[in-house]
Amino acid sequence: MNVMNKQGRPTVPAGEDESSAAPETFTGNRALALEEPLLFEQSAEGRSGVDFAPVPEVKDRRGALSRSGTIGLPGVSEPQVVRHYTRLSQKNYAIDAGIFPLGSCTMKHNPRLNERMARLPGFSDIHPLQPESTVQGALQLMKELSRWLMTLTGMPAVALSPGAGAHGELTGMAAIRAALEAKGEAGKRRKVLVPESAHGTNPATAASLGFEVAGIEEDEHGRVDLKAFEKSLGEDVAAIMLTNPNTCGVFEYDIRRIADALHEAGGYFYCDGANFNAIVGRVRPGDLGIDAMHLNLHKTFSTPHGGGGPGSGPVVYSEALAPFAPVPRVEQDADGTLRLIERANGEAEQAFGRVKGFHGQMGMFVRALAYMMSHGADGLRQVAEDSVLNANYLKARLSEAFSLPYTDGPCMHEVLFDDSFLKGTGLSTLDFAKAMIDEGFHPMTMYFPLVVHGAMLVEPTETENKQSLDQFADALLGLAQAAKAGETERFTQAPRFAPRRRLDETQAARKPVLRWKPAA
Amino acid sequence: MANERYTQEHEWVRVEGDVAICGISDFAQTQLGDVVFVELPEVGGVVAKDAEVAVVESVKAASDVYAPVSGEVIEVNEAIVDDPETVNRDALGEGWLFKIKLSDPGEIDDLMDETAYDEFVAGEEE
Amino acid sequence: MRYLPLTPQDRTSMLETIGAPSVDELFRDVPTAARLNAPLDLPPHASEMAVERALKVMANRNHAAGEGPFFLGAGAYRHHVPATVDYLIQRGEFLTAYTPYQPEIAQGTLQVLFEFQTQVAMLTGMDVANASMYDGATSCAEAVMMASRVTRRHKAVLSGNLHPHYRDVTRTLCRMTDHPVEVTPVHVFDPDLDALTDAIDDSVGCVVVQYPDVFGHIADLTPLADACHAAGALLVVVVTEAVALAGLKPPGEMGADIVAAEGQSFGNALNFGGPHVGLFATRDKLVRQMPGRLCGQTVDADGNRGFVLTLSTREQHIRREKATSNICTNSGLCALAFSIQVALLGEEGMQNLAALNHATAVQVAERLDGIKDVESLTPAFFNEFAVRLPRPAGPVVEALAEKGVLAGVPASRLYPEEASLSDVLLVAATETVTPEDIEALGEALEQELA
Repeated sequence: MNVMNKQGRPTVPAGEDESSAAPETFTGNRALALEEPLLFEQSAEGRSGVDFAPVPEVKDRRGALSRSGTIGLPGVSEPQVVRHYTRLSQKNYAIDAGIFPLGSCTMKHNPRLNERMARLPGFSDIHPLQPESTVQGALQLMKELSRWLMTLTGMPAVALSPGAGAHGELTGMAAIRAALEAKGEAGKRRKVLVPESAHGTNPATAASLGFEVAGIEEDEHGRVDLKAFEKSLGEDVAAIMLTNPNTCGVFEYDIRRIADALHEAGGYFYCDGANFNAIVGRVRPGDLGIDAMHLNLHKTFSTPHGGGGPGSGPVVYSEALAPFAPVPRVEQDADGTLRLIERANGEAEQAFGRVKGFHGQMGMFVRALAYMMSHGADGLRQVAEDSVLNANYLKARLSEAFSLPYTDGPCMHEVLFDDSFLKGTGLSTLDFAKAMIDEGFHPMTMYFPLVVHGAMLVEPTETENKQSLDQFADALLGLAQAAKAGETERFTQAPRFAPRRRLDETQAARKPVLRWKPAA
Repeated sequence: MANERYTQEHEWVRVEGDVAICGISDFAQTQLGDVVFVELPEVGGVVAKDAEVAVVESVKAASDVYAPVSGEVIEVNEAIVDDPETVNRDALGEGWLFKIKLSDPGEIDDLMDETAYDEFVAGEEE
Repeated sequence: MRYLPLTPQDRTSMLETIGAPSVDELFRDVPTAARLNAPLDLPPHASEMAVERALKVMANRNHAAGEGPFFLGAGAYRHHVPATVDYLIQRGEFLTAYTPYQPEIAQGTLQVLFEFQTQVAMLTGMDVANASMYDGATSCAEAVMMASRVTRRHKAVLSGNLHPHYRDVTRTLCRMTDHPVEVTPVHVFDPDLDALTDAIDDSVGCVVVQYPDVFGHIADLTPLADACHAAGALLVVVVTEAVALAGLKPPGEMGADIVAAEGQSFGNALNFGGPHVGLFATRDKLVRQMPGRLCGQTVDADGNRGFVLTLSTREQHIRREKATSNICTNSGLCALAFSIQVALLGEEGMQNLAALNHATAVQVAERLDGIKDVESLTPAFFNEFAVRLPRPAGPVVEALAEKGVLAGVPASRLYPEEASLSDVLLVAATETVTPEDIEALGEALEQELA
């Protein structure tokens, strides 16, 4: 058969003629897929990518403590550095490249306006310990961000300092512990109730504060089992840590009942705000009875993930917990002057302490506020609606072939599948995910939450358009069909086209090599 | 190899005199996948039955190992610290984890024999 | 709305596929009483221009460090960040990438982390480093927790000359986790290592000392390390100015067991205190007790070298309540910026940078020494030192700020309860300080103190 391409030249379908098999390249590169060694492997002595003025002659004041000997750093020029990191960047998948459907991560578009604003010298080139009179604009921004966060959540107080979500959890739970200490109940209330579906940071946070973690099962609808919850209430319960919408992607409709029962029993309600994207502008957690909740500016409020951080995890507090919020706090005097309260005494004498150096992730505050101001109250409400609509659309399209562990109604901003649809194929959730990589997608969250076998948690976010969702759904349905048709190798050999094939994680853990070392 | 006894947490015990040699079952090691690290108890420590005494780590999981019997830990298998793969290869033999000098030999009688354990595993897998 | 791509037609069509009459129906699980039926009392959406205008007004109310002579340190340092760094970190494949849990499509991020870990180990003189923490202060607190796990002793001894934010973050975490803490008295004349040595007993898991300390003092920590080890405790060395690691004998060569440091000085702007980047380094034998992410080298199915996150069983997503820490995020993009700048500097550039920092600081110290009634308190230092003024330093700094000179950090800002420090000023000088700046500071201070 002679297939003609668009230029009218005959092409030979791949695999049909051995002589057209791709030769190995001399460089190991494949066109724009470029291999790149370590910095340390391309070093030359005396080379540097920075120029300095000559060092003035002075009397050295370091005594015997000057650094002698070499540090061992490689010498590279500026062009080399640019090429090195450009090539490395090209090996990464990113939101800028395609859909990033990671459940509970809210991988939405990161607006570049936010980057420009964060780089204004008035925000980026100010020192945290400058006299307050010289940074009133920074304090004003923190106050304005606080106003947005408190209004959106319906809570009267907020601590901006935690550096990330897990750090926010610690900050929220520490206030609860401080409140219990103030009441003299810290000794008897040592138990924290955590659903089995919770993110690992929840029990880790509770345990790190000395609480005992007691798991609560979910019911057949993927929500907290009310009977199990009510049975575990008692005088030894300090708090519950709930995510709402929860990690199975559904709204805990009994949440008010849970909050009331918990408060009756003398406990506090901590809410993990990771999934706030589903309800922002449509529901205020304060109306649901929570006492503390952390927000993830890097999820709901679009600050970039940066390959793993930095994040920012402000915590909102109820009236009951507000006095225990950590320092620093931003206060405004009668004449409008803004100031920082940096010590846990005087006005902040019940503050449980300090959780971070300086005042919090100012760079992320600027980005988040730019995002909030861009969307406005109406836009943020639309964010929640579109994120829920997009997830339900994927649910509707994918449930043709995928298996839903919970089927009693709509999901919220994310949809949970399990691996029953792969039964009999010999393939796992992991195999399926690796085949998605070859299709040009980052896989969804896998094996979380733990309450479902081979979990696949899909969160498209509101910034995916319908065409993107359809392309994604079409490809996944194709893969599901291929799995059922027994095309095992498509999955077990995947990924074939990524910069690297599957990596040997066993070797990495058995014989850890955690840095480059010069040849002995 | 029919004189092992098993716990419901998938540990095995083989008694030699008043010493119990302990490890994790073959079923347990297949469930865990490639073992990458083992945290062993301190020699000389006294442990109670069902206490957490060791951790077996694979790439994706960390499994607690509970003492199948009470007594004093008199020896641990140092060889598997450098070669954790032994636990996968020979869980009931060279992959043993620790030896306990029994303080209450009667505790062995409460454990399952091989047949009962195999039935137990089959029941769990359903 | 520019970030929301769905059109009304899209929404209608999608609802049809879903089989729901309206989006409200998808929110049916929300209790009626909790449903908001109108947008909240916040401004409506705004154009990019409008947002820029509003934020620029706020930004312009701040006095930026680059506007004039600037001498603040005390845990955050103004260094020159080359244009290349900021350009590279804004590449979308770095900026908008996620944690590298799917290593096959994250080799960029992972190789960067491997190089970063190597650079940090080299700078600190330690065996191994992690992929970064939130900041130096939380890194310090985590180091104390790690020492407690390793030694199975709960008490920590902190130097009074440890940056008070680091001290408070550590004390807060220790109190919440029932770890007793002893803080030796603050001592402005020297690092007071004797007080630390005297505090070591067999209930102590670690001693935490800052190098250079908050007043800029430097001292050989080897005898302190020896004293710790003899008693079975660990030495944690805190470094708030990462450039100091290039100009001074590194903690790894003085017996440190853990180095908890702030890396902001390389590649990262001041940013009013965040985001910064915590560094954490230790000895090989302690690696499994290290908190935070770790990147390791391995091979793929074709035998090609590649990198993965490893030793994850220490972390929260696997160990849950038994994790070494609850930490989930590292400071990825800030670590990338650090790594790019360290790459640009290289061995030679790094040594030049360190020399320039020290020389500039010496020049500032000499200029201030020449001022009547200003007493130098730090005979040996790297790029930061303390002076005693004839009057409380806070108001002096305030007065100079009004003239556009940011003279340093008054010690009272960090130690408000120590009356004896009310006249102490902490002065830092990096490679960004010019001779004109130094003269401006000298003149302004002379005028103010006259």
